[in-house]
Amino acid sequence: MKKSDFTILVADDDPDYLFQTVFSLEKAGYKTIAVESQAEAESVITRLKPSLAIFDLMMESDDSGFILCYKIKKKYPDVPVILATAVSRETGISFSIDSEKDKSWIRADKYLEKGIRAEQLDQEIMKLLKL
Amino acid sequence: MAVLKVLVIDDEPGIRSGVSRILKDFHVTYPFMDEDYTFEILEAPTGEDGIAMIEKNMPDVLLLDNKLPGIQGVEVLEYIREKKYEIAVAMITSYASLDVAIKATRDGATDFIPKPFTPQELKSSIENISKQLYLKKVTNKLMKEGKKIRFQFLSVLSHELKAPLNALEGYLRMMKEKQAGERIDDYETHIDRSIQRIQGMRNLIMDLLDFTKVRLERKDEKIQEVDLAEIASGAIVTVQPYAIQMEVNINLDVKNDSIIMADPEDLDIIFNNLISNAVKYNRFGGNVDIIIDSTDNEIIITFSDTGYGISKTDKENLFTEFMRIKNERTKNITGSGLGLSIVKQVIELYHGTIMVDSTLDVGTIFTVRLPKNPRNIT
Repeated sequence: MKKSDFTILVADDDPDYLFQTVFSLEKAGYKTIAVESQAEAESVITRLKPSLAIFDLMMESDDSGFILCYKIKKKYPDVPVILATAVSRETGISFSIDSEKDKSWIRADKYLEKGIRAEQLDQEIMKLLKL
Repeated sequence: MAVLKVLVIDDEPGIRSGVSRILKDFHVTYPFMDEDYTFEILEAPTGEDGIAMIEKNMPDVLLLDNKLPGIQGVEVLEYIREKKYEIAVAMITSYASLDVAIKATRDGATDFIPKPFTPQELKSSIENISKQLYLKKVTNKLMKEGKKIRFQFLSVLSHELKAPLNALEGYLRMMKEKQAGERIDDYETHIDRSIQRIQGMRNLIMDLLDFTKVRLERKDEKIQEVDLAEIASGAIVTVQPYAIQMEVNINLDVKNDSIIMADPEDLDIIFNNLISNAVKYNRFGGNVDIIIDSTDNEIIITFSDTGYGISKTDKENLFTEFMRIKNERTKNITGSGLGLSIVKQVIELYHGTIMVDSTLDVGTIFTVRLPKNPRNIT
């Protein structure tokens, strides 16, 4: 399969970050669906199954990203999810999904700091999609 | 009901049992305390036994004889100080020499009880100590909460300041790597968005300055007679360019006397924020009505708009720092999330009030009441 066979759902309430992420994903060759809120992401999920999802943590509420992870995994357990946020760098609060305890409540496959380079993001996505 | 553990270290059994007897049914209560204190008595005949008991039971209060068979009372005090234990210590002693008193006080003893003492003397000492312990507990709690609030403020603030930087960095990187093309024209949106984010960041910094000004500045010298009609007109002029874009009409109606004693900069903060909100969250072609009215003692200003309205849940947090209503309609409206929080603080500084009344899809009315001649502004 080639990259253009995959559709990536990106949810972020910062329109610029969303624009930049989508731009780099499309440049890498993926198809994308961009939404600016948890509510929009939820409605997309009910209608179709993306190949992979990238969620921002804080949108309408502080835990929008966690809620979306939970909902998408419930509906499509096999869709890989990346939680992208700047939270830990900014607040000193760190989340990770390395320990079993964290995995039990953060239902994401990968936790990424915001601001990583386009090539890095692409590599992580290829790993998750087994490309 | 809270129980304070009192440890008596004294080699005279009579003193120890006396303390136990006197404090057994004693309780301390004050109108300002939200709980009564009662006492549980522990006894030790020597300093060595006392230290063992401190390690085991961690008392709140220590009644300490200085003259002991083994180590002396002041040595027990030193031990407590070195371990940084928070125990209130009262010395019981018949040899209250000045030396011992000075050393004991320096080492953290808070009270002296003469020996022999009457039940009343012991009780009033214990009352004093309990009061101090209670106040200390309350202060600690308040400090912890204060720290927590400051921490939250800082973390949200740094998030708000970093988001535009991240956006700028992203756009600049795209340009550096020529990701969208070779010509500068290929980057028109990138540049426009960058400028917008810079403006947003500048507004946030301006609001932050207002915020610190409200919190830190001394007021008394700046209070003067101010005409609210002038302040309102100034604020309307400031927001006019945006109002024209949105085709929003702003009307000012001054019913009668509009003179107030205040720092004009504070009034600017109130009017600028409330009028620009009324325009920003309005519908295209809507109205903003500002009415300034007054009674003998206060001025009442209402700011009405014909905008989206505020839902009941959003209303609850409206004046919280960094609270911004996020929904489909507001997503393109920029703001720091500090405006209303600052407005409320300013109004409260003048012992005024702000109320909000809102109907979804009809509009919102903010009513501000300010005393004409406020006292005690600090």
